[in-house]
Amino acid sequence: MTAPRTLYDKIWDDHVVHQSEDGTCLLYIDRHLVHEVTSPQAFEGLRMTGRKVRAPEKTIAVPDHNVPTTLGRETHIDNEESRIQVEALDRNARDFGVNYYPVTDIRQGIVHIVGPEQGWTLPGMTVVCGDSHTATHGAFGALAHGIGTSEVEHVLATQTLIQKKSRNMKVEITGSLRPGVTAKDITLSVIGATGTAGGTGYVIEYCGQAIRELSMEGRMTVCNMAIEGGARAGLIAPDEITFEYVKGRPHAPKGAAWEAALAYWKTLYTDEGAHFDKVVTIRGEDIAPVVTWGTSPEDVLPITGVVPSPDDFTGGKVAAAQRSLEYMGLTPGEKLTDIRIDAVFIGSCTNGRIEDLRAAAEILKGKKLAPGVRGMVVPGSGLVRLQAEEEGLAQIFIDAGFEWRLAGCSMCLGMNPDQLAPGERCAATSNRNFEGRQGRGGRTHLMSPAMAAAAGVTGRLTDVRELMAETV
Amino acid sequence: MDKFTTLTGIAAPMPLVNIDTDMIIPKQFLKTIKRTGLGVALFHEMRRTDDGQEIPDFVLNQPAYRNAQILVAGDNFGCGSSREHAPWALLDFGIRCVISTSFADIFYNNCFKNGILPVVLPQEAVDVLMDDARKGANARMTVDLESQTVTASDGQSFRFDIDPFKKHCLLNGLDDIGLSLEKVASIDSFEAKVKTLRPWV
Repeated sequence: MTAPRTLYDKIWDDHVVHQSEDGTCLLYIDRHLVHEVTSPQAFEGLRMTGRKVRAPEKTIAVPDHNVPTTLGRETHIDNEESRIQVEALDRNARDFGVNYYPVTDIRQGIVHIVGPEQGWTLPGMTVVCGDSHTATHGAFGALAHGIGTSEVEHVLATQTLIQKKSRNMKVEITGSLRPGVTAKDITLSVIGATGTAGGTGYVIEYCGQAIRELSMEGRMTVCNMAIEGGARAGLIAPDEITFEYVKGRPHAPKGAAWEAALAYWKTLYTDEGAHFDKVVTIRGEDIAPVVTWGTSPEDVLPITGVVPSPDDFTGGKVAAAQRSLEYMGLTPGEKLTDIRIDAVFIGSCTNGRIEDLRAAAEILKGKKLAPGVRGMVVPGSGLVRLQAEEEGLAQIFIDAGFEWRLAGCSMCLGMNPDQLAPGERCAATSNRNFEGRQGRGGRTHLMSPAMAAAAGVTGRLTDVRELMAETV
Repeated sequence: MDKFTTLTGIAAPMPLVNIDTDMIIPKQFLKTIKRTGLGVALFHEMRRTDDGQEIPDFVLNQPAYRNAQILVAGDNFGCGSSREHAPWALLDFGIRCVISTSFADIFYNNCFKNGILPVVLPQEAVDVLMDDARKGANARMTVDLESQTVTASDGQSFRFDIDPFKKHCLLNGLDDIGLSLEKVASIDSFEAKVKTLRPWV
């Protein structure tokens, strides 16, 4: 009888190609996702050494970071450097024969939304991408993490990665969430509790009733930000909700293969008594709608709180908080709900899925953006955009005064023309509030789609529960 | 990749915690399709004003640190985005070693692929080295990978831990892909096995 294993242990064990005496492993990679920003140097490396892509059928490329989200991009990208990068991906996808969704394809979108949507991401797989938010795919019980460009080249050439095993960490969210509280509030609250380095060296398994009660969209939001807590990856054991989501997707197994896959997937859970090196437990009932106040994703507070003072911290965080407050233009003691905003951004691999757009539209129905506030909705993929149009969500956003954009990463990182101006303050559903992330001098407050919509309506950070009470 | 054996050079102090890769190299410089030439953009928003003028207070703009080869940094250095442009920019500027109490996982791995040594030491040791770095260009630190030590300008020495395989690759400037391709028979047989066990993959 083998010792009890965690979900991470099981996926790891099933992918070890070779193990050296010192524990260094060659780990097989089942799916390799590729985008235009972190791959050109890797493909160039292959050309220079005369190497091929070992498994083009397991490699999926899509441009997302750089692409404009306005009409007309299919024929022309104004920014020359962006255009060169997108053209390089076109050429590399063609030359090396990998699966490809160009901007002209309705299925194009953010790589971490396209993968699950098309059924490329399946339980028990190893999934990598030259992008830290690859952690998203962990929602399926897949071991998924970001890699650098040198490692992208390594995976292209060998379909493996040189890895050492991380430690196991369990994050349990007990009980149920209260109304107005979402997956985004869970994931931000966990980072608030553990810090941005709290997960360093670990793979997190999220579990507990509140996690089980989440849809796949919500689970992807939770796992997406595992990297913001420093973890290599975040995982959620697959269950009926997972299987239901996967079934019938274009690249999901069918017929007898589906049955065989299902039997294997049902073995993907942490055994009773398996060892975790670190355990964090949070009561679901204790989680409030939260926002970030500073320039690190760990700067999280319930919306009912006030801006902290540097004196509230210790060690290196004192100077960091001081710097954050200056950058964000905030005063200690100020109520969070008194902070006025200039912009709302709804989208990203964290919150650009259909459920996110539904949640935001629910708050915006029959309402308008506050005077002077600009709003942008960027669906995570062309198919999410289409579905939102069919469900009437797009019209709600347009009626409320939002711009209704094409799919891409957009203002989450501002590589394309969608950026904040210096000093502009944004309620954002994305994942990073770093200095300059959304544009030099731009000020980002992270929150859920419903909270971002609520802030758009009132023109200040807002407790979404107040607006929900109005609609009841 | 260049080997890393020993390095004696100027260390620049950057005590700020959670220095993320967006700070190390902002997004507008990720549009390159090359690995080189990013040194001028290193720490761009801390280093330069909107119109491109140097901000004199920033450590790497100060005369003593313009030729720094080592950074002594606050906790959780390199967090955030996986962009390998961060180590490319550090390397292009001339930084070959970063010392901190901890590093973000992806950045840490990326360093080794580019001949940069990330050194993890306890807070007390980093505090001593931070103070040493503050002394400026006359205080030169020595980093010795073989003996796994960092020695401050006053001779105080600290031993650090490092994964033996990573150390071996860095000391010899080895190409990972070449090493892994030596195991191609294992990859072939793994793929054959999975074809039977998990044919849907």
